[in-house]
Amino acid sequence: MRVNNRLKVLRAERDWSQQDLADRLAVSRQSVNAIETGKYDPSLPLAFRIAELFDLSIEAIFSSPSKD
Amino acid sequence: MARSKSVAQRAYLRRMMVVMVVYVLVIIGGSFAKNEGLLNDAATILVAIVSGLCVAGVFWAIGRLIVEEEDEYLRMLVVRQSLIATGFALSIASIHGFLAIFEVLPKTDLFWVPMLWFAGLAIGAASNRLKFGSWGQCA
Repeated sequence: MRVNNRLKVLRAERDWSQQDLADRLAVSRQSVNAIETGKYDPSLPLAFRIAELFDLSIEAIFSSPSKD
Repeated sequence: MARSKSVAQRAYLRRMMVVMVVYVLVIIGGSFAKNEGLLNDAATILVAIVSGLCVAGVFWAIGRLIVEEEDEYLRMLVVRQSLIATGFALSIASIHGFLAIFEVLPKTDLFWVPMLWFAGLAIGAASNRLKFGSWGQCA
């Protein structure tokens, strides 16, 4: 069961490329791509970093697929 | 613009380069010296041990990569790749071992087990590519 996320939408709203977001999070572009496409769920510490970068709560970015 | 390779990946490549250069030099130099009758027993043992240590150095380099890689996704890919390689090598070694015990196949040098593990890395990389879209760092 993979967690859903709004990372791609949030990134597009800021007109950031995957590399831009990767640089801001200090991770690889592959990591951003894997998270955006739902192939990889980030750890809680990385999820917090993502939430802090977008100034949102984790729940505003990530959601359980069972709630869809 | 970020560098395409992380600090851990660059350290891994440096370590692998050193290990491979030493390995090639020892294998070529040792084989030449052995054929020319220039090695006594102690030197022969030394050449064999250093050659083996170079192979062990590859395991060490991959282990350090897993420890030092700060990108959790890339680290997961290397761990997954290594686990698949381990499962592959030990499974083949186990099956072959029993076939040898039951005298279906001849016994084989243990040296081939790490070679199977390296082949398993390629299988692990392909599996990573299929499941996650990335080969991993040990491809």
